[in-house]
Amino acid sequence: MQPGDAMTENGEIVWDEDGQIKVLTFDLGGETFALEANMVCEILDILPETQVPGSASIAGGVINFRGSVIPVADLHLAFGLGTPAITQDSRYIVIELEHDRDTCVIGLKADKVHEVTTIDHRATEAAPRIGTRWRQDFIRCLAKRSGDLVVVPNLPRIFNICGHVQAGTQH
Amino acid sequence: MTTNDPAQVFRVEAQELLDQIEQALLDLEKSPDDADLIAQVFRAMHTLKGSGAMFGFDALASFAHACETAFDRVRKGQVKATPELIASVLAAEDHLRALAAGDDVPADEGATLLARIETAMTGGAPVPVAEPEPEKNWRVRFTLTRDALINGTRPLALLDELRGLGPCDVTPVWNELPTLDGLQPADCHLGWDIRLKTRHPRTAIEEVFIFVGDDAALSIDPIEPASAAGLVVTDAAPPAAANDRPAAGHSIGYTVRVPAERLDELMNRVGELVIAQSRLKQVVAFSTDANLHSVAEEIERLASELRDSMMNVRMVPISQLFGRFRRLIHDLARDTGKTIDFRTTGETTELDKNVIERLADPLIHLIRNSADHGLETVEERRAAGKPDAGRITLSARQAGTEVIISVSDDGRGVDLNRVRAKAERSGLLAPGATATDNEILQLLFAPGFSTAETVTNLSGRGVGMDVVKRTIDSLRGTIDLANRPGTGAEVALRLPLTLAIIDGLLVRVGQARYVIPLASVEECVELTTDQDQRSQGRSFLTLREQLVPFIRLRELFATGTQPDRYQKIVVVSTGSERVGLVVDQILGDHQTVIKPLSRFHAGIGTFSGATILGDGGVALILDVPHLVAAGQQQEDRLRAAG
Repeated sequence: MQPGDAMTENGEIVWDEDGQIKVLTFDLGGETFALEANMVCEILDILPETQVPGSASIAGGVINFRGSVIPVADLHLAFGLGTPAITQDSRYIVIELEHDRDTCVIGLKADKVHEVTTIDHRATEAAPRIGTRWRQDFIRCLAKRSGDLVVVPNLPRIFNICGHVQAGTQH
Repeated sequence: MTTNDPAQVFRVEAQELLDQIEQALLDLEKSPDDADLIAQVFRAMHTLKGSGAMFGFDALASFAHACETAFDRVRKGQVKATPELIASVLAAEDHLRALAAGDDVPADEGATLLARIETAMTGGAPVPVAEPEPEKNWRVRFTLTRDALINGTRPLALLDELRGLGPCDVTPVWNELPTLDGLQPADCHLGWDIRLKTRHPRTAIEEVFIFVGDDAALSIDPIEPASAAGLVVTDAAPPAAANDRPAAGHSIGYTVRVPAERLDELMNRVGELVIAQSRLKQVVAFSTDANLHSVAEEIERLASELRDSMMNVRMVPISQLFGRFRRLIHDLARDTGKTIDFRTTGETTELDKNVIERLADPLIHLIRNSADHGLETVEERRAAGKPDAGRITLSARQAGTEVIISVSDDGRGVDLNRVRAKAERSGLLAPGATATDNEILQLLFAPGFSTAETVTNLSGRGVGMDVVKRTIDSLRGTIDLANRPGTGAEVALRLPLTLAIIDGLLVRVGQARYVIPLASVEECVELTTDQDQRSQGRSFLTLREQLVPFIRLRELFATGTQPDRYQKIVVVSTGSERVGLVVDQILGDHQTVIKPLSRFHAGIGTFSGATILGDGGVALILDVPHLVAAGQQQEDRLRAAG
């Protein structure tokens, strides 16, 4: 991403009147993550990826998504979860991120996609300042669900921090 | 047109007519006796008047009428097309534009302008009135299409206009009239048969019908004196459409206006077709069926032709843009009091329509700068031994995959000391800091910079060059500024052709495939093992006595793979500069549908886009100017070191 091209980061989670929201849960390096279901377009099987030399490692490649070329982002790197092996369960979650009325379509790599479920506002809490090994600003909230903890990542923030091309490193 | 608002339709038409008038007037300045040009202005005014009245732009119609009347005298050779007259008609044209746009105009502006035209005409040396044509009798027959009245044609006005030419004898033709129960009151069932006695030539009669266009079937025949006394015969059959009617103006040709977004949509479809076709090609390669092969080849040919036609539809010659600047120069010459010799070259160079639209403002700014800051006053020019007229040249040409548009003048050039002083005052440059000439020139593009000591209304508000730069950047172009103190300056805008589909050369580097735009490929040579080893560390290749730097894409892209045994060098160029790209394998040509890269990858610079290959994979498209620049840097570094 080019500097000065930042995505809006202040997008709050829009809970419905019951204080709930539908999310899609998926695995990344053994942790459970969730994304609002309404930003998810599609779930794809793993495709051959084309690496883009010189790009930020979090979005190092592109794939052919129904005739358009979309970037593939790997959240493992943002959360320090190691480099994942591609397994039978690996999928891309194709999401749309709004930016300046512009829609950015991104394929997010996931180790395994679970289900669409509901999380409740009352069962969530902000990311603790300490106690997690991850950057606090990368997490919008943590949701407790059947004894497990689900991480709702702040994608715009992650892409703004990790998505920059390091200008001039190429030549 | 998607819009059915008649006023909007008229505005578009009026805009075109006024453009025609403007161009013709400006040409007329150079050759004031050109009868074709005079007729062109007259016709366009006439059409404007007609359509204006039809769509209810009455003020415009009556003003156009007055202009037309004035120009009629020029046409008949009673008045010369003097520069004053042309200037006053140009001013009148602006007034017409305002009227057509529906802007508020001062009530007395029209009258003032007409008075000015009148003065200009009487001021011009009156030419002896040409011998009037002898009176002739004409038989004019015309019928209108059914829906002509709904479309706004007013037959009465036409008849009145004919009466203006001379005494008329009008007989209605009603044999097309249906029975009462079939009668549609809004439809026009009548025709007219007119006998006209006039001194005016045939063209004058034709011009009455000029804006009726296709709504009328018209025939005009001279009546020989012998038969003139004969009875008016009301033909049973309506006269055949007068196909011999001269085309009214140039715009009523075979053009169709289509909204740009429909073109874009069509372009996307063609792109998908091309991708599907390359998939087909790949599938067929594994088949032995001769029929299948021949169909696949047929489809390949059709797809590629369709692609080319589609490209042509989107490309417009830059003359469309250049034409607009002639008026600008006219006004600049008037406002600055300088004589400007404006030249354009390469008007036929074609660029994508979208790019052309966005170039208008930057070019206006550059031309203003040249006229205002670049060119000296006549006295200064004489003192410098230059001709009185300052020359501004606007040129366009294609070089490889780029189009270069340059604005140059033979004025005083950029005064680097003034630029420096100004930059120091406005804090853009630390006082006394060392800066190369080129670095100082680059300051001109810094936001908030302006060297004009006094702000004129032409240029010099300091909001110019940085906007120019931003626009060109957004088109992925670059700006070169060449300064020759005392003899002029040149600003060259280099723009990529930005075609949506290009011909490309598909190559493999490591595991990945890349596309090199074919237009920038000069040749492919083998990198021999010998050369490869010898060139370690200096990466130069001798090609027909010339040193060409080369870049190993495998290293640049850090593929981490072993080089192929027989590596190839693809020599690419941007006009004058060349660089070799070392690849592992050349896979062949590929019709490349350019897909934009996302915001994650747009900033990398090495790639101008991506494309989808026949097997569904993605290949990145190399940005050749960027790579050549990188190659040149490498060369410069080595020169400096060696």
